[in-house]
Amino acid sequence: MYKKNITSIHLDVLKEIGNIGAAHAATALSTLLNKKIEMTVPKVEMVSFDDMMDLAGGAENVVAGIYLRIDGDVTGSMFFVLPVEQANHFIQSLVQDSTVDFQNGEVSELGASAMQELGNILSGSYLSALSDFTSLRIYPSVPALSVDMVGAIVSFGLVEVSHISDYVIVIDTAITEENTTNGGSVKGHFFLLPDPDSFEAIFTALGLQ
Amino acid sequence: MIGQGQVVKVGIADMNTVKAPDTIRTSGLGSCVGVVLYDERSQIAGLVHVMLPDSSLGRTETINIAKFADTGIPAMIEQLKLEGVQPFRLRAKIAGGAQMFQFTSGKDTMRIGPRNVEAVKEYLKKFSIPIVAEDTGGSSGRTIEFNPMTKLLNIRTVNQGVKDI
Repeated sequence: MYKKNITSIHLDVLKEIGNIGAAHAATALSTLLNKKIEMTVPKVEMVSFDDMMDLAGGAENVVAGIYLRIDGDVTGSMFFVLPVEQANHFIQSLVQDSTVDFQNGEVSELGASAMQELGNILSGSYLSALSDFTSLRIYPSVPALSVDMVGAIVSFGLVEVSHISDYVIVIDTAITEENTTNGGSVKGHFFLLPDPDSFEAIFTALGLQ
Repeated sequence: MIGQGQVVKVGIADMNTVKAPDTIRTSGLGSCVGVVLYDERSQIAGLVHVMLPDSSLGRTETINIAKFADTGIPAMIEQLKLEGVQPFRLRAKIAGGAQMFQFTSGKDTMRIGPRNVEAVKEYLKKFSIPIVAEDTGGSSGRTIEFNPMTKLLNIRTVNQGVKDI
């Protein structure tokens, strides 16, 4: 049911939602870090759980991941994942401390707190843009941080969906930083995973049903 | 010689069996639980990547049996029987069931890791399969690989190193 009723029009609408959210988040990130941050046009796909891990760079890829639970008219999970080096780079420049290192699992309290705050600001701007656009009430939880294998982190957000389906609709926005040595390669991802029951609310709010 | 065979990969909510010298592996276990069932004598083993405790939680017509503890474990036993394993000789090693994020919210979803572990243990007990070793709980992701020749389960984590159980 979840799989059958979603058409390409629906996916386009979700893409637009991802676009609006991500554009706001990119602006927030650029302002915060005083760097030019670019976001790609989001990909909206219905993928298997294993493919979801591949989107995030493979299940064993180590990332700094921020997770938020979304409540309100729309429920779901949101992740902001950054490769460890990129998280180090962002947070070092944010707190002006070059010793911040997420790699060893014992990041300083300040570093962890700054990372959570970064996740909070970005997902807050993403979700408030989404809320304004759809007039739906969307309340993010306090963000939680984990530095670990992306499979272990992201699978947590699949639990809710897995009750209903073996596939998940993912709104994936990649972020890149301009003028870096490795030429603007993909630095991180936003994954928005609405719970299956929430799609109706989203589509109705946008006049699709 | 260890490591001569192929590595059979098991995805999320998936299962498979293996014969030595091959090994079987699943990556990035968080709240999910990897259940290895192996025959003490022959060099055959199976691995189920359990995502949810109970199929009654599922709300679909067709269920993926490997996804749930209550359906995945019996299905794996059946599959191993087909490969000639005597069920009474089965032993288990389990890993996973972490709580990746600490939340104050009491919502049940947040405790999915511990609930998965409880369910796996309940069903292994039901089928009288002893758990020889386990590495469960905590807050770390795990990649596990079982070698049916040595019967060792290799567990790799990002922050807690590597060990064999």
